[in-house]
Amino acid sequence: MDKSDISFFKDGLRLDGRRADQLRPIRIEVGVLARADGSCYIEMGGNKVIAAVYGPREVHPRHLQEVTRAIVRYRYNMASFSVEERKRPGPDRRSYELSKVSREALEPVIMTSYFPRSVIDVFVEVLQADAGTRTAGINAAAVALADAGIPMKSMISSCAAGKVADTIVLDPMKEEDNFGQADLPIAMTPGGDITLMQMDGGLSPDEFHQAVEMAMKGARDIYEMQRAALVEKYGKLEASTIEVKACE
Amino acid sequence: MDRKVVVPGDLLSEDAKRSGDGTYIKDKCVYSLLYGLANYRDKINVIPLAGKYIPAPGDNVIGTVKDITFSNWIVDINSPYDGLLHISEFPTRIDSEEMSKHLRIGSSIMTKVKDVDSTMKVELTLNDRKLGKIMTGQVIEISHTRVPRLIGKGGSMISMLKKEVNCNIFVGQNGRIWINGGAEDTDLALKTIHLIEKEAHTNGLTDRIVAFLKDEKGARS
Repeated sequence: MDKSDISFFKDGLRLDGRRADQLRPIRIEVGVLARADGSCYIEMGGNKVIAAVYGPREVHPRHLQEVTRAIVRYRYNMASFSVEERKRPGPDRRSYELSKVSREALEPVIMTSYFPRSVIDVFVEVLQADAGTRTAGINAAAVALADAGIPMKSMISSCAAGKVADTIVLDPMKEEDNFGQADLPIAMTPGGDITLMQMDGGLSPDEFHQAVEMAMKGARDIYEMQRAALVEKYGKLEASTIEVKACE
Repeated sequence: MDRKVVVPGDLLSEDAKRSGDGTYIKDKCVYSLLYGLANYRDKINVIPLAGKYIPAPGDNVIGTVKDITFSNWIVDINSPYDGLLHISEFPTRIDSEEMSKHLRIGSSIMTKVKDVDSTMKVELTLNDRKLGKIMTGQVIEISHTRVPRLIGKGGSMISMLKKEVNCNIFVGQNGRIWINGGAEDTDLALKTIHLIEKEAHTNGLTDRIVAFLKDEKGARS
């Protein structure tokens, strides 16, 4: 499709009614899976992603084991029904790459040296995709890791910025991602250390700085939501004990 | 007692000396390593709400024999790391061929962590009077993060519980608990332990448990 065919802005707002620097609505649920050591379900706009963490546990196959630290395995997978046209199930070039960069986004904060000869497995399943699944996956994985009680130096939050119709926008949705001019996902600690940065499309140096600033602000907002979700789970624990007391 | 829910990376204090368990120091400030409850005393400790049991020397644990090698029993201790019980750590002197006569695959044992090295090789021992093979009673599993609460300050909770329910109880740091006593007493002990597990993160727990036991006993008689 020709770029001139669609307009990304109407009365200064985006196609879904957002301002240029506004995130899509986010919902985070902690501890949704009973069998996993830690888990998280996240909705970021149209993205629906579930993350499960297992471990630290014994490494299989054994040759992957490291004597002085835990290894981290991250599997990003898209469900065949997550996109409009059925995706052939199983790993492909894209999911290998996303698994690798996402793992490297989380690994710097995980205290792997505490668990020699073990593995921390992170599984991220995309149930519904709407641009920005890697950022949603990383956000969910970070919460799931915390929920699993794994020691980390800090949380990780992730957000993308993009460029459509020569304007820098936060958290592009599918239309903006598909027909936009650039996409720049980042992941970072709340302190502002960036652990992932990718870009496709083109940005001038000025635009790049503006996009990074915007994405970092988005990530900070997401961090607050991750934190609130974790604190809320504890609140639920409190509530369940109140029920117990009421029963007695 | 001052407690707060924290997530990894939360700033806990600007005094590096107060860094306790579950925290780390960066630029002379104390930060949380874990998602859990921060306990502000002299030191700030963060108690996790979840996580795997990591063996430490001196811990009492309950394990199950899962394999036998030439001179070791390999013991599952509910942890990412298996325990090794060497033949010489058995209370009596036994022969290598006769290992399976004393402890078979599937046998449960009350044991103690003797040593853990830097590669997480876990050595166990049975050389203590309270340790040994489990013949009677039952073993239940709770999260190991709740064990400190079950034991209480200086063992206050567990000694009270033992006295009140008239049972033999052995608490493994790995979250496995052995209970031995009459059927009714065991039931009450189980109920109480589950209550403690559920409410482990609340204040004034011991007093509430005492009241709970009193009620339960009153209902029975």
